[in-house]
Amino acid sequence: MCQSCGCGDAEIVALDIHDKVLAANDRMALHNRGHFAQRGILALNLMGSPGAGKTAIVEATSSALKGRARLGAVSGDLATDRDARRLRQAGVPALTITTGAACHLDAAMVHRALDSFRSAALDIFVIENVGNLVCPAIYDLGQAANVVALSVTEGEDKPLKYPPIFRAADLVLLTKIDLLPHLPGLSVAAFEESLSHVMPEPRIIPISARTGEGISDWIDWITDRLAASSAVPSPQGEQQT
Amino acid sequence: MHEYSIVQALLARVEQEARARGASAVLRVRVRVGAVSGVEPELLACAYEFFRVRTLCERAELNIDRVEEQWACQACRTTVERGAVLICPRCGAPARLTQGDEIMLERIEMEVP
Repeated sequence: MCQSCGCGDAEIVALDIHDKVLAANDRMALHNRGHFAQRGILALNLMGSPGAGKTAIVEATSSALKGRARLGAVSGDLATDRDARRLRQAGVPALTITTGAACHLDAAMVHRALDSFRSAALDIFVIENVGNLVCPAIYDLGQAANVVALSVTEGEDKPLKYPPIFRAADLVLLTKIDLLPHLPGLSVAAFEESLSHVMPEPRIIPISARTGEGISDWIDWITDRLAASSAVPSPQGEQQT
Repeated sequence: MHEYSIVQALLARVEQEARARGASAVLRVRVRVGAVSGVEPELLACAYEFFRVRTLCERAELNIDRVEEQWACQACRTTVERGAVLICPRCGAPARLTQGDEIMLERIEMEVP
């Protein structure tokens, strides 16, 4: 480059970064996590295909925990407010995050939604993700646990076909098991076998929101988590949201 | 198609780094993508072509290094074959993913006047 006027060849500079592409999302997720921890709220990221029964799970959970724990929820939806409306009818303070074309929720969307729950005293906050077995797995939202709803009618091979979401799962709720008798050749064991190839410590609870089967096991799982989340002091005690 | 939002996050970070150093253009962006990260390299490349227009990365080539999926025992470090039941064949402890889930921005090459 010319030393007097600065014209001429530009310098090529290489810069090593070695950082996650989603680092900004992860920072926001950490912030959300601090928000939940400070308030002793158990935040669950509920994922699964469209129609797997995510909203039905939240409805059943709210009714089973009535008088014992207060639930709040946000529902990610591309276009409608239907799920949140269903939940409000079930007595759950709920809000829709309309994502437009986006196929997943991210930490910033959840953070913005939290503003509406400022005055609500909650024990459990369910983040009902957009119905999708691929995209939601990648984004940390600040949840304490990932729960994947997998309905029996989707077939036992889904964990093998969509490994990232099941690898990220702390729990798989096998839903609609009241339909199992109508699905020859399918069994809970077949789902467990397929999960063992993608989840190092597979944890599966078969449930039916319609008959209530298995709901008490699911509630036990939540109650254990709830005890842990209210007992552990926040790692970021000073942060306010 | 979350590759679109991944690319937007990538471009935002690259632009931020490049501007902080007074770069006039970015010439190359190198990322590392794991086989089970949930990101499809071809879709990522396609999304990049779309979003780089009218950014500092307009002329920048995107290099994607793929990283294989690897599992090892949490306790004794024995390799557990991918696709197998994720339990250590030697000691029975659960396996852990040691690589293959990363979505990393590794390196930027830029032109600084």
